[in-house]
Amino acid sequence: MNMSHGQDLNRRDFIKISSLFLAGSAAMSTQIGRTLSGNGDALADDGRERVVHSFCEHCFWRCGIAAHVRDGKIYKITGSEHHPLSNGRLCPRGTGGIGQIYDPDRLAHPLIREKKGGKASYRKASWDEAITYTAEKLYKIKEAYGPQAIAMLHHGFGYTFFKEMFKAFGVNKFAKPSYDFCCGPSHQAFLFTYGHEIGTPEGIDIINSKYILFFGTHYGENMHNTAVQEIAEGIRRGLKIVVFDPRFSTLAGKAEKWLPIKPGTDIAMMQALMNVLITENLYDKQFVAENTVGFDELRAEVERMTPEKAAEITDIPAEDIREIARNFARYAPAAAVHPGRRTQWYADGAQRSRAIAILNALAGNYKMPGGMVKYEKYKIPKGAPHHYPEYEKEVWSKYPLFTDIKPENTMGSHEVIQQAIDGELKALFVYGVNVPETITMGRKTALKALGNVDFLAVVDTLPMEVTGYADIVLPECTYLERYDELDGGRPYRTPFVALRQPVVEPMFDSKPGNQIARMLADKLGVHALEDDVETYLDKKLKRAGSSLEEVRKTGVLLGKPTDLYRKTGEKLTFETPSGKIEIASSKFRDAGFDAVPRYTKHPDAPEGFYRVLTGRKPMLTFGRTANNRFLNELPTARENEIWVNPQVAAKHQLSHGEQVHLKNQAGVVSEFPIKVKVTERIRQDAVYMVHGYGHYFKKLKWAYGKGASHNQLISNYDIDTSTGAVGFENNFVTFIKEA
Amino acid sequence: MAKQKNYGMVIDTRVCVGCSACVYACKSENSVPEGYCRDWVVQETNGTYPKLSMENRSERCQHCEKAPCVTYCPTGASHYAEDGTVQVNRSRCTGCKACLAACPYDARFVHPEGYVDKCSLCKHRLDQGLETACVSVCPTKSLNLVDFNEPDQEALALMNGKEVYRQKEHAGTRPSLYWISARNKPGV
Repeated sequence: MNMSHGQDLNRRDFIKISSLFLAGSAAMSTQIGRTLSGNGDALADDGRERVVHSFCEHCFWRCGIAAHVRDGKIYKITGSEHHPLSNGRLCPRGTGGIGQIYDPDRLAHPLIREKKGGKASYRKASWDEAITYTAEKLYKIKEAYGPQAIAMLHHGFGYTFFKEMFKAFGVNKFAKPSYDFCCGPSHQAFLFTYGHEIGTPEGIDIINSKYILFFGTHYGENMHNTAVQEIAEGIRRGLKIVVFDPRFSTLAGKAEKWLPIKPGTDIAMMQALMNVLITENLYDKQFVAENTVGFDELRAEVERMTPEKAAEITDIPAEDIREIARNFARYAPAAAVHPGRRTQWYADGAQRSRAIAILNALAGNYKMPGGMVKYEKYKIPKGAPHHYPEYEKEVWSKYPLFTDIKPENTMGSHEVIQQAIDGELKALFVYGVNVPETITMGRKTALKALGNVDFLAVVDTLPMEVTGYADIVLPECTYLERYDELDGGRPYRTPFVALRQPVVEPMFDSKPGNQIARMLADKLGVHALEDDVETYLDKKLKRAGSSLEEVRKTGVLLGKPTDLYRKTGEKLTFETPSGKIEIASSKFRDAGFDAVPRYTKHPDAPEGFYRVLTGRKPMLTFGRTANNRFLNELPTARENEIWVNPQVAAKHQLSHGEQVHLKNQAGVVSEFPIKVKVTERIRQDAVYMVHGYGHYFKKLKWAYGKGASHNQLISNYDIDTSTGAVGFENNFVTFIKEA
Repeated sequence: MAKQKNYGMVIDTRVCVGCSACVYACKSENSVPEGYCRDWVVQETNGTYPKLSMENRSERCQHCEKAPCVTYCPTGASHYAEDGTVQVNRSRCTGCKACLAACPYDARFVHPEGYVDKCSLCKHRLDQGLETACVSVCPTKSLNLVDFNEPDQEALALMNGKEVYRQKEHAGTRPSLYWISARNKPGV
């Protein structure tokens, strides 16, 4: 059996953090026991209860929450009725916050790696020692190699304070993995087509739509609260859903039509839909003539992609393609193609997202009820500018169409990993990213990078795999015990500013990120984060016309609802180079890429292997919730399964419920077995597993060894040389039966 | 004597995505012990590839009007409350499990502390004029609390003209949970 983790590591051995340094203890276990298994029915208002409004950190949607506290403990979390993204409702992960804060495996103290007699181990350190140690290492590396030898990988909302600290220190390499494979391509594609991003929540007026096409978007399994709420309301109002997906997803179960498309052929399908819209004169001619550029180029490109041709490529009958294109046109402009998330599958994610943007343009649905809309942000006037030292602009991503308007990202996370492997990077500061199980180049590559840097610092709440490789571990308290930056930059129907505030005091010797970053800044002697966090937030909220005291009551500050729809005769303008919707993109053309989306064939699975498709469970957000005892209590949440079509199961003599190991095309074998789910809900050329299981760190006592790790099985990755995004759907597995 | 209230639910399976938010909300609201739950989610798929259909259901005690658990309870612990719900009086329950055997919906379990437990329809919340924890958390509004003595028009309109069923009606239990089938088309 190939136990691939830990291999290839010479300089940085994986250390198992001694349980002495974790929160777990008999006392802690009893505590969680009491919280989760009391015996009476809870009473909502018995005088001892208080409710604190904040926002969730279990996914990027960041819904408003109401945390209910009794006797100093949070006993339940509900959706905030004040927050426009939750509307009083919440997904399971939001409710599951109690499993995060009271996780007995939490990191309780700062830890420093040391070597005694050739053996590496961790010892408990005071905060002062830990901060001094970290600052010294960062300072020395900057002195010796320059600021470009330091990078921060981050995920989650607490990173902003560390970014401020690093900017003041002159460091400008920031990367978040989610750009690479999730939202990056879609963000860039819509930006270059429409002049603005599609946003989070995505600017699709689902609630008023009559007909929406989804390409592999797993709403319902992806619990993006507000979008799921809108889809449900849409169905009640008569919304017809069409789902293209190799798998019969939960959303496909709601669809008028499920099209089990061959994986990797979406662009061919989108081109064929355009072909029908154009050849049958069904597109919005007036809208296209007035508001777009490059239509003729598109027509020339899609001319060849007849429904018959697309049928051969996609496995979807030509008559279905025609029917869907005609319906799409019939319901337009109250029809849309949803951009989805996790938009990088192969190397052409940005082109695929561009094709989605263009289909919406052909429907003429921009700023129309049920179409694509442009939400507004709550505008907070800027304060006095902070003068940071000049940082090195040349460290920016080498990819020409990489985002340049998102300050949290200056390069792709795979670029950071590559630089670490190449020895260009000497120090890696990791905030909330479980690198071995998150980076899209697969576990093996990630571990090579971690093993190759001189200094690795990790800020996290739990002993994730990445903490086992760290030189220093800085334990942050959870989102329920701290202030963070205001959530104020996102456009939505009702523009809002949301406050994260502590519900209870930090437990153990953990600290909020804002304090850790401030201590580091002070030790480094740089000018950042001068105000304490409450003063900082209060000043900012006062500029927004309120105050910290006021916003603490409901957790949100609301603006005037966005005026969503076009007025009759309104002239539309777009912040693109041409001022129009760019069906043919000048940005792509100028950078040397196809100006209109082109279909390219992706490799098929080798004989006996199956393409690995991935997705989510509604009660899991990958690393954030993997060890959450409360959420993992349900058998459906506890482990992942490998979905296999009955014909494939017969061929490999697999039975439902059997445990197998998976082996990928490069010979990597999953270190843990996974349960087989024999189901009609998937094509014969693919298998499906939920990402985020199969943890190999024993200190994640609950998550350890449950299911198989998808990240371990990624050996192929495809970099989109335009936007710098990374796809990993060109990985294939076969089954190894237990002896 | 006419009941003051007659609580039940209308459950719209067209919109349910089976996320289980209801299960977790119930567990934290009612301090349901680890390893047990008062409500649960069923995902039922029918057909063969590629002609498939699916129904997601959030299931729980059906608060029957003719509840076998009440009939077969030897101590009177299981009883009808004034609001139309079926409740268990813990101090009278001996944990004999007669009700577990009688319930056609498998809605009951023996609590580690010895008494039988199940969905109370969050009676403590109903008494305060609040909705149940599962109804108030549900992101899709699949779950709808209804007082069938005075049903609000929205709930009735929801069922109007649609295929609606109750589970195991042949058992004569007259369950208070009504299911809008996933076979119904979107809209009305």
